[in-house]
Amino acid sequence: MRLRAKDIAIERGGRSILSGLSFEARAGAALILVGPNGAGKSTLLRAIAGFLPLAAGALALEGGAAEMSIGEQAHYLGHADALKGALTAGENLAFWAGALGGDSSPGVARAALGRLGLAHVADFPVRALSAGQKRRVALARLLVAPRPIWLLDEPTTALDVAAQSLLLAILRERLATGGLIIAATHAPLGLDGAETLALGAGGRVAA
Amino acid sequence: MSGAARALFAREWRIARRIGGGASVGAVFFLILVTIMPFALGPDLNLLARIGPAILWIAALLSALLGLDRLFQGDAEDGSLDVLINASLPLELMVLVKCAAHWATNALPLVVVSPLFGLMLAMDAKPLALVALSLVAGTPALTMIGAIGAALTVSLRRGGLLMAVLVLPLAIPVLIFGVSAASAASGGGAPFLTPFLMLCAFSLGAVALAPFAAAAALRHVRE
Repeated sequence: MRLRAKDIAIERGGRSILSGLSFEARAGAALILVGPNGAGKSTLLRAIAGFLPLAAGALALEGGAAEMSIGEQAHYLGHADALKGALTAGENLAFWAGALGGDSSPGVARAALGRLGLAHVADFPVRALSAGQKRRVALARLLVAPRPIWLLDEPTTALDVAAQSLLLAILRERLATGGLIIAATHAPLGLDGAETLALGAGGRVAA
Repeated sequence: MSGAARALFAREWRIARRIGGGASVGAVFFLILVTIMPFALGPDLNLLARIGPAILWIAALLSALLGLDRLFQGDAEDGSLDVLINASLPLELMVLVKCAAHWATNALPLVVVSPLFGLMLAMDAKPLALVALSLVAGTPALTMIGAIGAALTVSLRRGGLLMAVLVLPLAIPVLIFGVSAASAASGGGAPFLTPFLMLCAFSLGAVALAPFAAAAALRHVRE
């Protein structure tokens, strides 16, 4: 599987955010987006997920399901955790498993929480969890439904060192099984063989 | 796809039923409106019985709109909407399922309590039954029309008032036919069946068309 972007440009509110950007992301290797605040990392991820239209250029996915859009084959983890505070962590995950085409039985949600070291809070309402725990529950969403592409926007936000290494292990495992990961991050994730796409201020490709 | 729809309905149902979920807010607001009417209008039982169906319908309309502005806003704020847009359920169906859950948790309780509240307006058994029946037929249209307004104002803080301004004119035909169906039994002169069938038609039309309008609005607003 290969995601190819050719000369893409993205505008928001009539202002050019990114232009003339070309890159290629391959299954099995992570593509890390780096750049200063406002460089357009999140915008690029949102465009790949299909939330923003491309002003120019094209995104093509080779080896994916032809009848589905890129977004429908991707997990999108944004700044917000997409969790409902009134529901328990387990209920949130079981819902996302069902909604994203995975197995919505409670065991799957519990196993995913266990993977992130949160098995003990599965029955807590999410609003009672700390920011880092919420982020971990949000990350567990990636595990409850199989989707080949992961689009991660600052996945390590609010995570402690232990959780970061858990995340790293999950990402490594995902890459080893042929996943395609595009992550925007400030802190280096420490993935071997990761390619870096540096976005400069004003949306120009820096390197 | 049906699994995703079921999961979404169950989630909406759970959130609405939990503390702070807002399922009871509409019913309480309904009760408030209906209780203060006799104080404002005076203790004329004949007058109350005559305008009772109209009061119940206005109260139901306002209560039904009360929680609707949050229909998509909560999901937009916590990022769920971004994930839902790419879920294994088309956005139109997502809107329909959310509306169905909202109707079941917010509008259906109004229908259930309306005969009880109608007693406070000195209404007889038959008008009470007809009001409840007309509310069953008409409230789906209100929910679906409200969903369009909710989708259009999803990114606005405090968009509730704007939503009401957008939605109320569209809800007026439902109100007219709802009240005329409900008043048929209390000597309004109008037949029951004709306005009742119009209400059903409004609801069916809204269920068929509104998901497309609301989904288009959501896609556009999220850009």
